[in-house]
Parts: sequence; C-alpha cells; structure tokens
Amino acid sequence: MDDLLREFLTETHESIAQLDVELVRLEQNPNDPALIGSIFRLVHTVKGTCGFLGLPRLEKVAHAGENILGKFCDGQLKVTPQAVTLILRSIDAIKYLLSVLEETEAEASGDDQELINDLDAMAEGRDVGGAESVETVDSPVMAEASAPVQEHVAPVGEADAFGFVPVRAEDTGLNVKEAKMPEQPPQSVSVPAPVEAKKEAEPASGEGGIKESSVSSQTIRVSVDQLENLMVIASELVLTRNQLNQISRTQKDNPFATSLQRLSHVTSELQEGVMKTRMQPIGNAWSKLPRIIRDLSLELGKKIDLQMLGAETELDRQVLELIKDPLTHMVRNSADHGIENPSDRLMAGKPETGVVLLNAFHEGGHIIIEISDDGRGLSMNRIKSKIIQNGLASESDVATMGDQQIMQYIFKPGFSTAAQITAVSGRGVGMDVVKTNIEKIGGTVDLQSTEGKGSRFLIKIPLTLAIVSALIVECAGERFAIPQISVVELVHASAHSEYRVERINDTPVLRLRNRLLPLVSLRRALKLNEGKKDEDMSFIVVVQVGSSSFGIIVDRVFDTEEIVVKPVSPILRNITMFSGNTILGDGSVVMILDPNGVAAHAGEIHTTADSTLRHHSSSAHGRVSAKQSLLLFHAGGDAPKAVSLSLVARLEEIDLASVEYSDNKPVVQYRGKLMPLVPLDESFQLGKEGTQPILVFSDHERSMGLIVDEIIDIIEDQVEVNVAAHHPGCLGSAIIAGKATDIIDTGHYLAQAYQDWFGAQQDSSFGSEQLHRVLLVDDSPFFRNLLTPLLMVAGYTVTTAENPAQALKLREEGEEFDVIVSDIEMPGMNGFDFAAAVRKDGGKWGELPFIALSSHATPRDIEQGRRAGFTDYVAKFNREALLSTLQQTLSTVRVNS
Amino acid sequence: MSENNLPVKSNKSLPAAGDNASGREFVTMYIEGQLFGIPVLQVQDVLEPLKITRVPLSPREVAGSLNLRGRIVTAIDVRTRLGLPPREENVKCMSVVVESGGEFYSLIVDQVGEVMTLAAAEFEKTPATLDDRWREISDGVYRLQESLLIVIDVKRLLRLEELTAA
Repeated sequence: MDDLLREFLTETHESIAQLDVELVRLEQNPNDPALIGSIFRLVHTVKGTCGFLGLPRLEKVAHAGENILGKFCDGQLKVTPQAVTLILRSIDAIKYLLSVLEETEAEASGDDQELINDLDAMAEGRDVGGAESVETVDSPVMAEASAPVQEHVAPVGEADAFGFVPVRAEDTGLNVKEAKMPEQPPQSVSVPAPVEAKKEAEPASGEGGIKESSVSSQTIRVSVDQLENLMVIASELVLTRNQLNQISRTQKDNPFATSLQRLSHVTSELQEGVMKTRMQPIGNAWSKLPRIIRDLSLELGKKIDLQMLGAETELDRQVLELIKDPLTHMVRNSADHGIENPSDRLMAGKPETGVVLLNAFHEGGHIIIEISDDGRGLSMNRIKSKIIQNGLASESDVATMGDQQIMQYIFKPGFSTAAQITAVSGRGVGMDVVKTNIEKIGGTVDLQSTEGKGSRFLIKIPLTLAIVSALIVECAGERFAIPQISVVELVHASAHSEYRVERINDTPVLRLRNRLLPLVSLRRALKLNEGKKDEDMSFIVVVQVGSSSFGIIVDRVFDTEEIVVKPVSPILRNITMFSGNTILGDGSVVMILDPNGVAAHAGEIHTTADSTLRHHSSSAHGRVSAKQSLLLFHAGGDAPKAVSLSLVARLEEIDLASVEYSDNKPVVQYRGKLMPLVPLDESFQLGKEGTQPILVFSDHERSMGLIVDEIIDIIEDQVEVNVAAHHPGCLGSAIIAGKATDIIDTGHYLAQAYQDWFGAQQDSSFGSEQLHRVLLVDDSPFFRNLLTPLLMVAGYTVTTAENPAQALKLREEGEEFDVIVSDIEMPGMNGFDFAAAVRKDGGKWGELPFIALSSHATPRDIEQGRRAGFTDYVAKFNREALLSTLQQTLSTVRVNS
Repeated sequence: MSENNLPVKSNKSLPAAGDNASGREFVTMYIEGQLFGIPVLQVQDVLEPLKITRVPLSPREVAGSLNLRGRIVTAIDVRTRLGLPPREENVKCMSVVVESGGEFYSLIVDQVGEVMTLAAAEFEKTPATLDDRWREISDGVYRLQESLLIVIDVKRLLRLEELTAA
C-alpha cells in the first residue's frame, strides 16, 4: 500500500474513533463549544486530506458533515439528537468508505447522494422529514416502528433517547450501507450483530462496515522524541552493563556471574529492540530513483536498467535521512557518466541496456551499500590530466601514484571528468559533497573501477549513530576515544624495533611498508604538556580520513569499547578536535577524537599552503543544519565572492571564441539554447580568446551564465552576513574562511538576464540568495508530512510546528522565517488567535506574511481572518494554490522591502 | 558549617518555591573568602567534585567534564572565571550544579554555605566600580549584616567565548 495512503488510514481511523466518542458527549452537552470545535476539526481534517489524496466520494461526505458542524460552531444550528444521528451516519459512511479503501486501495464506487442531501438539508435548516432514511432515526422513540432499515437498531433505540443510538454506531453504519449501496450483494449487508463480538477474530471477513481496521490496529504511532529518549535510556543501560562486566572480570568466583550474564543478554536484546524501532528500510531512500533513472535515460537517450537489491535492509532513520541525497547523486552519476550510449555499448560488445545496480546488505554492525554500473568505468588518463590541469598535483607526482590514489581525486571539490557537462551531472560539485556527507556519519566510501568494464562504489556506514565502537588511547595521562571505523591499524614504535619514529624538521614521520606515513603528535595537537616530548616508545594509531592516512602518536593503547556518543556541551562545541564525549565503563568521561579534526589540524601543520581543501574537513562536524555549502570565487575586485552552492547548477568553462552577441549582450549556445552571460561587474569586457569560467544557474528551462574570474573553493560554513549590502547584486559581506567575502545576490543577476531575454521573471523559485523559510503550523502530523516535502521540492526551507504555542516558542528562540503558513482549526489556540498573537506582539514576526490554510472558508471567515492579520487564505487541499500564493506573497514582500 | 552536611540535595527536595514572603532563597558559596549566592531554583545539586576529565583546547575557565549520574557535565572553575589565581593543589573544593539552556554545568567553588533567605530591601545594584569580570557575572549585591553577598548571574557566568576565543 502506498505510504501516504497507509498513513492517511491510520490517522483517519484514529480521528474517527475519537469522533464516535466525542459525538456522544456532544449529544449530552450540546452547548459545549470546545467539544463542537474539536469535532469540527476532526471532520475537517479528514475532508482536507481526502481532497489532497483525490478521494472525491469520501470528501463529499465529509464536506457535507462538516457543513453541519460548521453551523453548530457558529450557533446557527442547534445540536439536536437528529442532527447528531445524521452526523454519525456520515461518520459511518466514512468508515465504510475507509474500509473499502483499505482493502482495495481504491475508493468504493457509487455515491452517497441521499445522505448528502439529508445532510445539506439539515445544514440549510430545512426540515429533513422529507428524506425517508432520516425520518427513521428522527426520533428514537420512533425507531422501533421505523422501516426495515432500523431492524437491529430497534432494541437499542428503545433503551434511551440519547445515549444509545450513537453507541450503536456500527449498526447505523450497516444501515447506511444498506440504504446507500443497493449494488452491494445482499450477504455483505446482512451481517448480523453477533459478528461484532468476533470481529477481531475475523479480520478477513471483509465486511468493511464494522470491521476493525487492520492497518490501524497493527501499528501505533509513537513520537520520535519518545523513541530517542528510549534509545538514550537503553544506551545508558548498556553502559552500566559494561561497567558491571568490567568489575566482574576482575573478581574470581563471582557469585553474580551467572545473573550478570543474563542481564547482559537481556540488555543487548533490549538495545537491539529499541534500535529496531528506529529502523527503516533503505528502500525508503530509493523510492525516487526508478523515476530519476527513467527520466535520465529518456533525456540522455540511453537504455538503463536500474536493479535494486536489499531494499528491505533496515537502518537508523537518522542515518537514512543523511544518506538519501548522496545515494541519489551517485546513482545519477552512474547513469550519466558510467553508462554509455547504446551504440557505444554495442561497439564495446556489451548489451545495449546498461545496468546500474544498487545493493544494500548488513555486514558486521555496518550497512554496506554498493552502487555499481557496467559502464565505461573511470578513465585514468582523463583523471590524471584533470589533476594536473587543476593543479591538484604535479605531473611527476601523478606518475608515481597508484590507480587507487588517482581515483580518490574524484572526491576532491570542483573535480569533474565528464567531457561533456550535462544537465545531470558533471558539475564537479558532487562527489566531494557525497563523501563529506558520508564521512559525517562515520561512514566510508570505497571505489573500484575498471576502465571499460564499469565502476563500483562501496559505502560503509554504521547501523546507528548512537553507539560506536571506539579505541581508547592515552596521551599525557588523559584518555581519549578514537572511533574504530577510522582506525586502520596500530603500530608499536620504539627506538629498537622495526618501526621507529623519525623526524624531519621536528615533524614526526614513520616508515611503514616502504611508504612514509605522516604523524601527528596528539600531545602537541591537543597542547597537552607540551614541554614533554613524545617518548620513543609509543603507539601509533594509523587512521584514514578520506583518501589520506596518517598516524596519531599516543602513549598507550587500551581496549576497544562500545561507547555512546554524546554531544559536547555548547561551550566546547567550537573545538573541532572532538566529535563528542562519552562515559566509559569505569564511569569516567573521555573526549572522542574526531579524526577529521585532527587531520585538519595536521593539514595546518604540514601543508599550510594547501588551504583550499582544509575547510572541508574541518567543517565536517558540528551542527549540520546551520551550515551551508558555499562556492567561493573571484570576480572583479580583490575580495572573494561567495554564492550558496545549492543555487549553482554547474560550473563551466566556456570557450570565448564561441561567445556570440545578441543585442550587444554576450550569449553562448548551450545545450541547444542560447544562454545569456552576465558579468558580475558591468564594466567587465569579455576577452576574445581562451576560456572563461562561469557559474551556470538554471531554473526550469532557463539558464544563465555568471562570468567569474576564477573559482576558488567550495566550503561549508556557517554564514552570518555582518555587513549589509552596499551595492545591488550583493547581499552583504561575511567572514568566510577568514576573509571578508561578498555574498552575491543571484536574484539580481538573474533579473538582469531575464529582463533582457525572457521578460519579467515570473518564477521566483530561486529569486534570492537564500531559500525562503516557511514556518508550517498544523496540528495534523499527516498534513505536516504531506506539505513539508511539497514545499521543500518547491524550494522552500520548511520548519514545522505542531501548534501555535510551539511556533511562538520558536519566535522566542529568535528563529526567523519569511512566511508563516498555518492551519486555522487547531486545538488550544486556533489560527485566528495565533495570527493575532503574531501581529500583536510585533517584533520580528510582526510583519511576516501569514497564509492561512483552511477548507472552511466562508466570506465571513475570510473577513475575520483579515482582521486577525492573515495575508491570504488558501484552500487546504489545493497544492497549486498554496504554491502560487506562497510565491506571490513572497514576491510582493520582496518588492516592498 | 561542615561541607559534608550538604544543605541542598536538589531543588526537588525544597517544596517551597525559591521566593516566599520574606524574600528570595539563595544557595551561598565562598570564593577567595567572598560570599556569593545563586537562586535556589537554579541549583540542581551540590556535591564534592568527582573525577574531572580535562578537556584539551578548551577555554581556560573550563575545568573539564565530569560524570553526574550518567550525564556529562562541563565543570567551570569560577575562580579562573573571576580572574583569581588558581586553587592550590589538594585544597578541597565544592561543585554546584546549575542548569542553563538545557545543559548542566558544574561550578567549582571553594566552599558552599547554607541556604539563606534574603529580603528584597537589602538588595542593591552591582557597584559600577567593580572589576569588569566581576561586574559581568554579578546580578546585584545583598547587604548582609556581616558581609556582602554577590548574586551570580549563571547565564552570564557561562558566557565564556566572548572572553576567551578558543
């Protein structure tokens, strides 16, 4: 079943179960506005979601029910038993439709016109007596006498005028079905009341009207926070167990040994169990790939067969989120660079259809993801020439490198060997980011490639981020943990053994299997007791960070231990040497060394000149969300310029001879279209010969080339603009990589290109440097989940809040947004009050555009909304309207400001 | 009073809120003979310092990290924070655990005193002539009969980065 649908069913079943209860309560307290509000919200949500999922029949029924409830809310209609019965009937109809939906994954055929007519009649205040079926339930007293439909309600209806009819909702459900579904075979209608008793035992009975939902009873929803909390507790238990084990090991004939062993087993099982609750099949991260490959093969005229194995392999949801993008990128790469054209393949003696294979499996506490293709493989010569061309290494260096070493260069920033840059890849801003992302979660990427045969990437990632295996070492009397995954080997060095630490200008190195291994003195790197030199007798932990390996000199090496990584306190977060801290089995706190950080430090020692690559590794941890990738470049003036990497489609070098002029503006033929070239500096004159680097910005059909002098680097950093813009085209200045850097406003240059060539820019999906930040407030998790990806795809950064209180808390925390999108019907504070609160307190959010989501938009509501401070009103289930409204609203704000 | 006879175990053991009719309640402590106070409600725990793990490359004021019942807590040496000379080795000290921004911190002080209830009438603003470091962390002064009590503003005490860019 479709995930979306399943989630919808689970959520709706929950709502409906609640509705049954609340409606009965409503009948008893007809004047409780909070209750009416809550019922209204529930029905409203059901209706909204139906609209989104394209379930017209369900939506109609819900809509008709909602109308009545709306009138209850306004006090236009009195809550009478008849009205409640009618609503209950509509709820039953909804239940029936849901059960069909669950079984067949399609909406039941037929319509509910009669019911809807009754509901509408009630809503309009007309006497519903005309409608037969209503009359039958009109008065409970009459129930007995009423028509065949009421057969099994009758004895109940007798009992009590108020309490009972609703309780027997299931029966009423049957009636509805009977009355409305003449096309249904009779046996499905005549389910006798006793079935009720055994409905759980008979899930397969197929009698949707009264069957408990199988979807909703199999799963319960638990908040991620709660799971995280459970995980933390389980981790603590593991630690305590480890402590006990350690104590126990030191004692002989321990009477606790047996119990301890049992405790140990149970703890492991518990930990595993808790970890499983956070597991999701990796297939979730793959679901989009077949489509991407399909589109790609059409676009590129290739035949590609994407095979996916092991989609059910599970891994921690946190890890899953983080590898989603890298995986997509690599599969794209394989399809684009790897697989050849059908004709080339035939010539090479391969089948016309290329295969991209995605395979995931478990291996010793890790997940291995393999991405392979049977395409052309990596061209060593091309990589070599590119290395030399980009000045990454000298010709003589390259000559001495092994294939494996050369291949590693494709993970360097700004490196692409695609001879032809396509829409898909070859923008040279990919593999390095992939690698960084994977390393961020403690994973590694390995690459094998045979020219002409294909290439194979192996990604190895830990199952979970919470517990890692670490090597405990000692330096200057302090203990540290080094994540096992980066440790390659341990070497014991002493003056008399085979391995001896040698020094070049006081920098330690080690001869290891005929190679010189750079060493980092941990003592020196951590500024521990610097006066003392590393002893001759020391241990060297050889670690691998990316493609380079180096040794860390430590005094002693202890055991490996399973540790729970805990984030360091905010005060210490800017120390890049540590990725976290943990409590060891003996209860003491140790810091976890981040090999990336140590490498960055080492890089500063050894290759000070090589600053371009440094930022990359040094920024490999910390809060991922707050950082963004930036492309640094030179273009006119001394100060480096930067632009958010997410906006750059490709980096290109154009041949100046191919530049043509149209209306005195430079253009270049690019992928079958004319692409305007815009200089950063207006006075800039293009040369006639040679090549010129440009940044290509693409938006749907249009592309624009921004002419720059030189591309410097890609870095990931937190950017705070400290100096506001001083001229158009510049958003401001920030300190990036230690230098004052102008952040350019892409929107300005796009406008330049578009005004001249494309007219006014309609589509502002990347109209400004930063993605627009949307705050989405909705109490329904379903809607939040539905809208968030929708908005993200449309180019917004989305933050969600469950309710206005949470949203207002974000405001207190100083969060900033460009627009608020909020539901109206929410428990506690509703959308109107929320808007009023936002407007009243003024402050940062006081002027924010506020878009209300509702499917209950009467002119009166709209008026009330405007007074409360809504900028606009959007029907909740209309995706297009929401997107266009967002765009309009934001562009208005942009113009105004 | 003896240091082992701890006045406060945790704020939970104090049913009454920190403020009552007669004034605010403070956990008092001494550093270099000077009396300081932290509002009772901000104090989680008072204990003798456990084993502290040094954190290399950290700001000077950070004494290290310690394990407080499974939580890793950063220890701040208040002496260093106030620009006082470091404590001599083997001199006893105490740790006052406070919460700030969801994180726990252990403030290392010389000695912990009793809990005092102080009347608002005795409160004064921080004298403007105080040393910058002291003035920064001070939330005001109470005039006691025999001495003066400086109220510590925990949040500002923990703002280290402005002083020492690590």
